[in-house]
Amino acid sequence: MSALKIEPGSTSHSAYDLRAGYEARDERHTLAVIVDNEAGVLARVIGLFSGRGYNIESLTVAEVDHEGHRSRITIVTTGTPQIIEQIKAQLGRIVPVHEVHDLTVDGPSVERELALFKVAGTGDKRVEMLRLADVFRANVVDSTLESFIFEVVGTPQKIDAFADLVRPLGLAEMARTGVAALSRGSAAV
Amino acid sequence: MTDETKASDQHITGAQMVVRALRDQGVEVIFGYPGGAVLPIYDELFQQEGIRHVLVRHEQGAVHAAEGYARSTGRPGVALVTSGPGATNAVTGLTDALMDSIPIVVLTGQVPTFMIGSDAFQEADTVGITRPCTKHNWLVKEAETLSATIHEAFKVATSGRPGPTLVDIPKDVQFASAPYTGPDMVTPRHRIPRRETDPAMIEALVGEIERAERPILYTGGGVINSGPRASQLLRELAAETGFPVTSTLMGLGAYPASGEAWLGMLGMHGTVQANYAMHGCDLMVNVGARFDDRITGRVDAFSPGSVKAHVDVDPSSINKVIPTQIPLLGDVAEVLEKVLALWRQRGSKVNRDALAAWWRRIDEWRATDCLAFVQDGPVIKPQHALSRLEALTKGHDRYVCTEVGQHQMWAAQYMGFEAPMRWMTSGGLGTMGYGFPASIGVQMAHPDALVINVAGEASWLMNMQEMGTATQYRLPVKQFILNNERLGMVRQWQELLHGERYSQSWSEALPDFAKLAEAFGWLGITVDDPADLDDAIRAMIDHPGPVLLDCLVEKHENCFPMIPSGKAHNEMILPNAEAQGQITAQGAVLV
Repeated sequence: MSALKIEPGSTSHSAYDLRAGYEARDERHTLAVIVDNEAGVLARVIGLFSGRGYNIESLTVAEVDHEGHRSRITIVTTGTPQIIEQIKAQLGRIVPVHEVHDLTVDGPSVERELALFKVAGTGDKRVEMLRLADVFRANVVDSTLESFIFEVVGTPQKIDAFADLVRPLGLAEMARTGVAALSRGSAAV
Repeated sequence: MTDETKASDQHITGAQMVVRALRDQGVEVIFGYPGGAVLPIYDELFQQEGIRHVLVRHEQGAVHAAEGYARSTGRPGVALVTSGPGATNAVTGLTDALMDSIPIVVLTGQVPTFMIGSDAFQEADTVGITRPCTKHNWLVKEAETLSATIHEAFKVATSGRPGPTLVDIPKDVQFASAPYTGPDMVTPRHRIPRRETDPAMIEALVGEIERAERPILYTGGGVINSGPRASQLLRELAAETGFPVTSTLMGLGAYPASGEAWLGMLGMHGTVQANYAMHGCDLMVNVGARFDDRITGRVDAFSPGSVKAHVDVDPSSINKVIPTQIPLLGDVAEVLEKVLALWRQRGSKVNRDALAAWWRRIDEWRATDCLAFVQDGPVIKPQHALSRLEALTKGHDRYVCTEVGQHQMWAAQYMGFEAPMRWMTSGGLGTMGYGFPASIGVQMAHPDALVINVAGEASWLMNMQEMGTATQYRLPVKQFILNNERLGMVRQWQELLHGERYSQSWSEALPDFAKLAEAFGWLGITVDDPADLDDAIRAMIDHPGPVLLDCLVEKHENCFPMIPSGKAHNEMILPNAEAQGQITAQGAVLV
């Protein structure tokens, strides 16, 4: 039996050369996942994303129903439409996951993120910081003679914009919570 | 259920709960290996008679044996291992069961709760390690929840798409006392997903069945998992529609190999007729298969002109690899029942003329006789060995396990399976070392049956320690080793794809297998002459105890047909160049 005619450098040497010939555009989706608040549930969700190579742009989690032992995980992810569908189906397989909602396709939704910015500086820069904070409706939650800590709430884009503006003024440190999101209207998930 | 199994104020220890919960779940046999962190449970097992414990020689063997037990009975298999290395040794078996959707429950010991996190002796983060290789797992921190958790583990393992579950039980929980909760007292804490098949999709499929000119039924392990009723309905569907049937490795036996509509297995080492029919069909009905990469080959060239219907109990399988026009979410038997009912109600119509033409084309592909081989010369061909094994064991109450590699593919090609749950093989994970312990599990479940493990010598050596288990429990398992002194499938890929550089794919130090068998009190037979083969196989069948038949075969035989990876179904290669040319020409006509 002669060897197969394989071009040098061909990926056909691999048993797993199964890349689809078509390309699809990545989309950004915000998922709300309602889970039992039990040990290891976050690890199961994160392990699914890392194990299957899905993206996480941001993730927030906290208990939302103490009596029902339910937590809400909000995940912002990107992928092709097929991958997004896979992510939702795979999340649905996790035993302590109760509901998976795709806020991006379910209708209009609101997204908010909270961020803290430590900005250090003196003189005119300090004045400019406060002016910007006013424009962004940021609160000052700590101040020294050389620094402020601002609290900003808004969309991730708004927080990015604020960060860009205060960076030249002496942005020393920032912390972001990741996105929390709800669908608009009276209906609950 | 007896009164004593219901929840009561009477406290029993965690270890007693384990045994009582297993008994209440109908468990008759468990496979395990004791160690420090499970001693209280072993102490309870010692003092009861309802559950048989099979002492394996390695925890991997326990899990594969549980898989073999489950696959051959349809009931969950159970393994019991200790903490740390006991649990980590179970990981391969858990992953194997996850990939092939086999219901098993693994109980692991754990260091006492107050020592968790202290790097205690034989401590491992078992739920952390096994989280991605179980359907679900639990660490039980108090005795109050232990029995309910075990019942839930059985429920999760066996419901929906089956799979492995694991319950990690710290040693102090095994000693602690609490009231017992019976299976009927457990309210599931977790959501049981509903699987509603869309009636519009049932109707859509029936419409396609009525119209289809070139249909094919592509069946998989989901038919077996759904139960005997699913296999029965599949047979009715095939018989009444006259549609051809092919199957994945995992689905063999759901449709009988002797059936008129049978095309043989499809996929990387499937038959010409199966793969060409998949490529050229206009209606593909996937029943309980998952478009695995060994089946599809190149996905963008996979069956380009067909409408695809997909019956699956797991929503994540649908549209995962191949886009489906007709998704049918649900248990195979339930969906087939509905499809058949509606199709019959509408007059059991099919496109007879087109179907006849389709069958004429399939028969042309069949005529290429892609599994033909010539047994000549003094050396046994592996295909011949399996053909003779098939011929001489066919009439028996037979179960066949395999290891992983060329022999596995040849067994799938040259042996015929008439019923479901008779074929145990590691499909998804491809675990060398699976078959021998699996055959022990099968034999425990079916003590009087003929249980054969078709093996390659390299795979078999991976779990050969289980010889002691077979001897100890007088399990007459038959180990049929096709010995080519090579890692045959690796060697084949190196020959075809890596310039015949045989890097590490052969062994210079194989044992005398017959003597090895004798050392464990088995019958060992060596055969190297084609003329002696039948007698050797008969001797293997007739011997009342375990047998190792070391069948020395042609060392450089390749497994064909073969779809090279990254190629489409119409780009198969066949054993000889002439036939290859013929097929390519026909393939060109087709597509």
